[in-house]
Amino acid sequence: MLAWTIYISFLGALVLLLLPSRNAALVRVLALATTLVTFAITLTAFLQHRSGEMFTVVDYPWISSLGIHFSLKADGISLTLLLLTGVIGVCGVLFSWDVDHRIKEFFAFYLVLIGAVYGVFLSFDLFLLFVFYEIVVIPKYFLIAIWGSTRREYAAMKLVLYSFIGSAMVLVGLIAAYVVAGSRSMSLGDLAGYQYSPHFQMWAFPLVFVGFGILAGLWPFHTWAPTGHVAAPTAASMLLAGVVMKLGAYGCLRVAMTLFPLGLAPWGFHVLGLGSWRDVFAVLAVIGILYGALVALVQKDFKFVIGYSSISHMGFILLGLMTLNQIGLSGAVVQMVSHGILAGLLFAVVGRMVYSRTHTRDLPALGPMHMNKALPFAAFTFVIAGMASMGLPGFSGFAAELMILIGVWHSYPTLILFVGIGLIAGVAYIWRAMQQAFFTGPTPAAAVAPPDHPLPPITFPEKLGAGILICSSVIVGTFPQVFLNVIHPALNSPLFQGLRNGGW
Amino acid sequence: MNWIVRNLWLIPALPLFAAGISALAKQKNRALAAGLAIGSMGISFLLALCAFAHVLVLRSSGQATQQVFNFPWFQFGNDWLSLGWVLNPLTAVMLVMVTFVGLLIFIFSVGYMEHDENFTRFFCFLALFASAMLGVIISNSLLLLFMCWEIVGLTSYLLIGFWYFKPSAAAAAKKAFITTRIGDLPFFLGIVWLYSQTGTLLFYNNGAGCLEPTAITHLLSQTTAIGVCVATGIALLIFCGAIGKSGQFPLHVWLPDAMEGPTPVSALIHAATMVAAGVFLVARVYPLMSAHNGIAGMLTTSTALQAVTWIGAITALFGSLVAVAQFDIKRILAYSTVSQLGYMMMGLGVGGVAVGMFHLITHAFFKALLFLGAGSIIHGCSGEQDIRRMGGIRKLMPITFLTYGIAMLALCGFPLFSGFWSKDEILHAAHHWNISQAPYYMGAFAALLTAFYMTRQVFYVFAGSSRLTEEVTDASHAAAHTDAHAADHHHGSSAIHESPAVMTVPLALLSVFALLLGFFGTPAWPWFQSFLDDSPLAVNFGAFGEGGILPVMLISSVIVFLGLGLGWWFYGRKPIESAVAPDAVGKLSPPIFTVLGHAFYFDAFYGATFIRLNTLLSKISDWLDRWVWSGAVKTITSLVFGFAHLDNFLDTNVVNSGFDEGCEGVSLSGQILSRLQAGRVQGYLKIVAGALIVFTIVLLWKAKI
Repeated sequence: MLAWTIYISFLGALVLLLLPSRNAALVRVLALATTLVTFAITLTAFLQHRSGEMFTVVDYPWISSLGIHFSLKADGISLTLLLLTGVIGVCGVLFSWDVDHRIKEFFAFYLVLIGAVYGVFLSFDLFLLFVFYEIVVIPKYFLIAIWGSTRREYAAMKLVLYSFIGSAMVLVGLIAAYVVAGSRSMSLGDLAGYQYSPHFQMWAFPLVFVGFGILAGLWPFHTWAPTGHVAAPTAASMLLAGVVMKLGAYGCLRVAMTLFPLGLAPWGFHVLGLGSWRDVFAVLAVIGILYGALVALVQKDFKFVIGYSSISHMGFILLGLMTLNQIGLSGAVVQMVSHGILAGLLFAVVGRMVYSRTHTRDLPALGPMHMNKALPFAAFTFVIAGMASMGLPGFSGFAAELMILIGVWHSYPTLILFVGIGLIAGVAYIWRAMQQAFFTGPTPAAAVAPPDHPLPPITFPEKLGAGILICSSVIVGTFPQVFLNVIHPALNSPLFQGLRNGGW
Repeated sequence: MNWIVRNLWLIPALPLFAAGISALAKQKNRALAAGLAIGSMGISFLLALCAFAHVLVLRSSGQATQQVFNFPWFQFGNDWLSLGWVLNPLTAVMLVMVTFVGLLIFIFSVGYMEHDENFTRFFCFLALFASAMLGVIISNSLLLLFMCWEIVGLTSYLLIGFWYFKPSAAAAAKKAFITTRIGDLPFFLGIVWLYSQTGTLLFYNNGAGCLEPTAITHLLSQTTAIGVCVATGIALLIFCGAIGKSGQFPLHVWLPDAMEGPTPVSALIHAATMVAAGVFLVARVYPLMSAHNGIAGMLTTSTALQAVTWIGAITALFGSLVAVAQFDIKRILAYSTVSQLGYMMMGLGVGGVAVGMFHLITHAFFKALLFLGAGSIIHGCSGEQDIRRMGGIRKLMPITFLTYGIAMLALCGFPLFSGFWSKDEILHAAHHWNISQAPYYMGAFAALLTAFYMTRQVFYVFAGSSRLTEEVTDASHAAAHTDAHAADHHHGSSAIHESPAVMTVPLALLSVFALLLGFFGTPAWPWFQSFLDDSPLAVNFGAFGEGGILPVMLISSVIVFLGLGLGWWFYGRKPIESAVAPDAVGKLSPPIFTVLGHAFYFDAFYGATFIRLNTLLSKISDWLDRWVWSGAVKTITSLVFGFAHLDNFLDTNVVNSGFDEGCEGVSLSGQILSRLQAGRVQGYLKIVAGALIVFTIVLLWKAKI
């Protein structure tokens, strides 16, 4: 049944392209219906598989001579991320309600992107996973290059090049793993069960991890992300930050770390105080957290603030992965969900609610517009999203970051101080952006003259989308156990056996 | 388990519910918002009384007075993280205080904010704040406490910055939030550390909680790398949170600025509740704070408590010194609050939970009364806050004057007023502290200053004739302190008027408590202390004579009278004639020297040098406050921004340009290749995509065969 998420998305795209009429309303409704159906499927699957154990969705031989199967399986971790994709998919359509330019193509690319993301999260065969991973790149490019803004071709090209470099690294690592294991199967389960020599793992692990890490915004390979997010149209930014970056993190956890758990083992010597790839990536993650937050602090472009904040939040995920304990790892997965929701919401406010109305994202220029009076709903939503993003208790970010921090405390107690500074910087940049964009004075209530061109009011789809995302964040923040119930069994499954033996 | 224990969550939930409804309601529904907030707070107050009565019943029937209700929240690795609430005497007392004072302040706000266009939003924030504060009080989990604590910080930000269109208010709100957040970081680290050591964040859990003997013993047995015991380390980290929230030295800088908020907010947040949260936190984790490796029963004070005492004593002295040199009616009260919070901390450090908490409770009443009185005056004077431009208000606002006078005497520690008993107990405990006598002297000196600056303020505000129409030329203090609600206030600028009943009735109620509350904790009948410490209670008038209580009491009374007298001497003797006249202490003219010299010999001599020193110290403290501590904050801020700009530069010019250079190299070679093939990237990508699809179809087809 879950496989239909992929088929329906692709089918929806095809139907949209073949649609004879250019009726915008029909196109939108069709796109919304497609995403809604896929969301319903993910939700049903999530509710059905409460145990979180691995189950097979579809499995039949594909290229028998190479041992490649069309194999889709899901466990608690993928179910959680599938659900996230479903939610973001629906909200992305809601926030694209105003797209007019080549609308059929827009939503067709959008649905292809969603379908490919579902594919990555579901693939259990690594060849299949790689195919879907590559398909993701193509609609991304067109969405940015055609519907984007601000140096869109540069940003699109940069994103594509970085993605291809990353996938090339992944491909080399995967082929090596396949060949070394005897060229019999590409199934993740089989390969993860194979005992690679520690030497092999030592070089294959960083290759694959960095390959996926590029898409997860790993510092210093993050630079595609802010430019890409900024140039992308709202729905694409939401998907990009919300789920596509999670593909990278998912790949790091699900592929790199399960295939080559010994790659995380100590080298036996120290360079600059770092004794293993694990240390290296943990430090890079912390640098990402701090660096992203600091750069966000001085941006003039509102969207760049959010773009760099994503780097900072993704650093938490990578750091959580490197803790190698159950709290940290499950925290990383919850943070994937949390950041997916919140980044989506923040980009929605900045891109759709503000930019498409004011046609500027320049913070000093937004100030005099008195946005809190002109667009009170946007201001309200941004305040909520900002609070959630800075880790206010009750929202998803707090629960996730708390788990990661406790995990870090067990594994890297010295790093926690830097992470703490990153948290404070996180308060500061959100605060600065919020003040500058929405609450710049002085506006004595009586003195506000009616603007010459009143901004169009916030529409119903936007309110609905914002409402869905805020509620999701609160649900994750107050009942994280719903997700942990399925994440824990997944982490305890045989797939992560090697990692468990090496780590916690 | 009793109904009230199981449903204790209702107390914070009701205001939360009210806040939620009024957030969704339209701005026009003023009566609905105010009614919901006041109604929910009223019911919460009744519930708090129930809880209080329940504890009383348990106590009288000889049962354990502590009951907890815990429930699992989510799985943390292999353990469950639990949250919960606790009902014990400490909770009960705080609940009653916060709901009662909060209720009165809510009612007062109806009058104070009636001209504000954002009336509904104000009550929504107030209710949300009260809810979070009550959450802090009932929490039985350090994590839940921290969560509510953060929401308290957030709502405090919203309320301080309520008039966000004033740049000073927006800046003050930001400063408050970020400064307290700096304290919260060590606090949070302390929580994480505590969790990793004990595996629980519940305070009490039938022997398995982190404040219960098993966990404490475990914490004491561990030592950190720098030789400090783990319990001390965690306690100090948690105390950092309290320093930030309770405006303790050196993180007090935000509190005076926070006076930019509406005055009821100052009363609620900066007098009665939020700033007391830090003190409450120390009281709540007292078993951890006081844990030491010495033999049980011995008079050993833990390192953490010593830190609490010293910080408290320094803050108490510092705040009162600075208060002497202020001209803004609310800033005087703000520094006074800083100073009194220092007393509470000192009380906790030297005397234990009951000593500190008693002052917290009495202070909440009289300081809220002072702030509300100040609000009433500001309201009456159409937004004026500079005491040099007031004067003569005694006749125009008699009820306000009366209640303000009571509160002022209570704050000064005038004998038999509530502040007398609570402050005296702290001084008495400090006098018997086994580490050092210095906190006692610092506290006593601060008490003298307190009496002095309050007298000064009262004479400036109430005595003489009105100077409202005069202009103050002293630019340093005459900054635009005008309360923003004057903007909406169209009463005519000169008519000073008594406030309406909705404002004066809360004042009267509070003043009754400011007057009488102290009698619940006199040495002869220490009901409050025995209630909190769960110790037997007996009426014993002989207690005054024991343990040196009476001498300390006499000394502090003398100090208070001295302070009042000095205040009168400088400010009350001659009516202050003009708003531009220099401050009496400030000029210290030679005639005063002569008069003093003739009246008392040594005392006069000490008094003069002492006051001159005092002025100097005040100036230095004020200067320190303005330049050094604020300066430190500014320096750190600019450093951070410097790094941020550097990173930004790196990102644009190094990381990116590296990429761009690489790309140019590639595109150069591409150009050569493009001689052979003309085409665009989009075209290629389309071909790639098409090829991929064809490839996939072929493979699929093959697979089928």
